[in-house]
Amino acid sequence: MNIVAGVFFGLGVIFSIMGNIGVLLFPDAYTRLQASSTCSTTSVLSFLIGCMFITGWGPMFGRLLAITLFFFVTSPISAHIIARFAWKNGVVAWRRISPPRKREPSNG
Amino acid sequence: MLVWVIRFLVVSLVFSMIRVVIGPTVADRMIGLNMVAAQTLALLVTISVSMERSVYLDVALVYDIFGFLGILVMARYFSGRKGEL
Repeated sequence: MNIVAGVFFGLGVIFSIMGNIGVLLFPDAYTRLQASSTCSTTSVLSFLIGCMFITGWGPMFGRLLAITLFFFVTSPISAHIIARFAWKNGVVAWRRISPPRKREPSNG
Repeated sequence: MLVWVIRFLVVSLVFSMIRVVIGPTVADRMIGLNMVAAQTLALLVTISVSMERSVYLDVALVYDIFGFLGILVMARYFSGRKGEL
């Protein structure tokens, strides 16, 4: 059981590092929201499932299951609320600037 | 193993707070707060499992509910203020 819990903790650490790097480096609110949603949902669920494997069957397992179900419902909802808030309040989506045209100026 | 998970989560929380501090708009700060709340939930659960006290799991559940309500309340409060974004 400890080996399976270690695998889930490793997955959670990898997803958390990727989410933090994405939130720090991405250029826009919407792209940052995608990285943040990945980090918060996947890594926290991996940590919770690893904790379930450590505790085993018992009263703590039921509480962990309740926390996991509630978090699995509310995390995408809160990400959707933030995206809707940003869209309604006019946050402009990021676009890559088009490269300048290499046209020679005609001198008559 | 759990001790290293707790240490990693504390360091990751500090790196998540950077986006809350430097975020240019309100939406960026809300993204950072959402991530900080999620990782604090994982930290509370890991601490309670490592100490084997089931009382802290109830604290973690209540913290999760209030984090979600906080995002809702902030989205209601800041909407409709286009000049202050």
